[in-house]
Amino acid sequence: MAKNIQSLERAAAMLRLLAGGERRLGLSDIASSLGLAKGTAHGILRTLQHEGFVEQDAASGRYQLGAELLRLGNSYLDVHELRARALVWTDDLARSSGESTHLGVLHQQGVLIVHHVFRPDDSRQVLEVGAMQPLHSTALGKVLSAYDPVAHTEALEAERQPFTPRTVTDAEEFEAMLDLIRARGWAADVEETWEGVAAVAAPIHDRRRMPVGAVAVTGAVERVCADGELRPELIAAVRDCARAVSRDLGAGRF
Amino acid sequence: MTDAHTTGPFIAAIDQGTTSSRCIVFDKDGRIVSVDQKEHEQIFPKPGWVEHNASEIWENVQEVVAGAIVKAGITAADVKAIGITNQRETTLLWDKNTGEPVHNALVWQDTRTDGLCKELGRNVGQDRFRRETGLPLASYFAGPKVRWLLDNVEGLRERAERGDILFGTMDSWVIWNLTGGTDGGVHVTDVTNASRTLLMNLHEMRWDERILQSMEIPAAVLPEIRSSAEVYGSAKGGVLDGVPVASALGDQQAALFGQTCFSKGEAKSTYGTGTFMLMNTGETPVNSYNGLLTTVGYRIGDQKPVYALEGSIAVTGSLVQWMRDQMGLIKSAAEIETLALSVEDNGGAYFVPAFSGLFAPYWRSDARGVIAGLTRYVTKAHIARAVLEATAWQTREITDAMTKDSGVELTALKVDGGMTSNNLLMQTLADFLDAPVVRPMVAETTCLGAAYAAGLAVGFWPDTDALRANWRRAAEWTPRMDADTRDREYKSWLKAVERSMGWLDDNTAEE
Repeated sequence: MAKNIQSLERAAAMLRLLAGGERRLGLSDIASSLGLAKGTAHGILRTLQHEGFVEQDAASGRYQLGAELLRLGNSYLDVHELRARALVWTDDLARSSGESTHLGVLHQQGVLIVHHVFRPDDSRQVLEVGAMQPLHSTALGKVLSAYDPVAHTEALEAERQPFTPRTVTDAEEFEAMLDLIRARGWAADVEETWEGVAAVAAPIHDRRRMPVGAVAVTGAVERVCADGELRPELIAAVRDCARAVSRDLGAGRF
Repeated sequence: MTDAHTTGPFIAAIDQGTTSSRCIVFDKDGRIVSVDQKEHEQIFPKPGWVEHNASEIWENVQEVVAGAIVKAGITAADVKAIGITNQRETTLLWDKNTGEPVHNALVWQDTRTDGLCKELGRNVGQDRFRRETGLPLASYFAGPKVRWLLDNVEGLRERAERGDILFGTMDSWVIWNLTGGTDGGVHVTDVTNASRTLLMNLHEMRWDERILQSMEIPAAVLPEIRSSAEVYGSAKGGVLDGVPVASALGDQQAALFGQTCFSKGEAKSTYGTGTFMLMNTGETPVNSYNGLLTTVGYRIGDQKPVYALEGSIAVTGSLVQWMRDQMGLIKSAAEIETLALSVEDNGGAYFVPAFSGLFAPYWRSDARGVIAGLTRYVTKAHIARAVLEATAWQTREITDAMTKDSGVELTALKVDGGMTSNNLLMQTLADFLDAPVVRPMVAETTCLGAAYAAGLAVGFWPDTDALRANWRRAAEWTPRMDADTRDREYKSWLKAVERSMGWLDDNTAEE
């Protein structure tokens, strides 16, 4: 067994020190408590600060635990928070595209629909919130599989059922498709899950660039595609929407 | 945004709200092109007193208008009209020669006129002016606030009687300034705002001489009452120089308009900190015997006025905030749904959030909040459900009162506001009302309503049918609860409501 990494041990000791008792300490207090040279202690603190685990009070120069530590403990984004943030953007996407929009997150072995905006015509439609979609064939599922490693594993390990003749079921072909999705930044489903239905989806990222969900436009293949190709303005609209929601969640520009 | 919808022309709507002023530019389809917003200071000079600095508000309005126009990348030439919507009842008096407010605006929430209202009720009580105005004598409304200012700002009454002082709710203040202020600004208000003053006769749409005398308010300070959709004047100066100012509606009435509730029996409910529900009752004012307010819904040009019944729920979104901030049971408002969904039902618990008494339809100031039906079985998740159910049951009580007063059954409820992102709440609403709940595609119904009214006034849209055609259903929740369950649950809720009453008595001092 290899020797433990000393600087990590020291960093852990610093976090414990800041977590116990009174909660703001100066550099010399920390260095002397741990028996370190000030320069060594400062180097470790600066690294921890850069990662967000430690924050330095601007006025006193003292150190305290950072917000990132709290987020580590509950990093999971509440799906209802996601819906609340996405509401105006998905409304606008439905309006500009003339098609229904869905917001999906990974749930067990599939995509859970957490938000659904009706197609803006006066037709009768049923709210699909709470429904599940397959990972390997839908646009939402493919985006999640391409960006979220957990979804990727689920999609690879599951039996990829052929819903239509166009469903991709072969593992190698599936991987190649995910590579293309990652390269382009969006996924499509042209009659791979339902005959006559096509969809385009793009990923939503949170402030740490973690994929937390996907947004899709879904409609009749005749409207979503033109001359056998997906309409580029639809792809652009879906990606704009995903970026807007990501920005609202604190993700930087990308 | 980069879509094709940014080709003009456009309508600009100004929403002068309680916490901020906003300007939204809309296109012909009713879609949002750009938004700008700025908050203003809430001034609390004493407990129960709430004021706004009207000069700050006017500066903010100018700023957000310029901001929204710049963001949209357009000029005054692209804007066909300006619409106004505003926080209702907030009261301002200003000097017409200098344009300076004589005092901070008294905000609708301000309760300093409580005592004055009791006094004004004399031996009749709070319904003294209800027949004429549709309102109870309460500190909310503008009339008593005007009287307070006249009584308490030194020398003001003399100046007012000399004709140097103008009164207005925030619509009047914004329109007067927009149209030139001391340089020929028009001093007007619309029927919906005037209907919240306790000074307007609801049947004649005129200031009521008798009430003015009772409240000792000189007629010289009053603005001219106009319709909600007509050209009052043109903007003078600023980025929208020359654009017609063509609508004014109180915020809740604007939402009714934005939701295109143009037919008798159509209703909208706005879910925010509190909840306001308005039902269109057609061309006759309906008296309420169930604790609702009778108010003007809107009036388009010289058409007949359309009336509405209004019911408000004091605590809805604020109950979720209370769960987050005071109880610490959730970390964000949206999490209430996650917590509530972790159980199947309320576990027998009912939460009546009568934090400051029960409002419509009970009006019991001696009530206080209760959680009833607790057993060892109940968890925080059941309480979270009870919290959401409280909002739904209170809506049911208001709709029941509206049905009783108007004789019209609710066929569907149009909803807007922040809480509409809560799917469980919307489903629960549909279940408890036994009616479909519908959310429109543009959530900004308040600004949209002001834009619609202004657009109608200048012919940007031909008629209300064209506006209806713009309305898009974003989601609809249909009732899934069986009648037996609903009736049983409603009974339990009503029992819990009963438990909340009579908590305060002569021996319980109010803090």
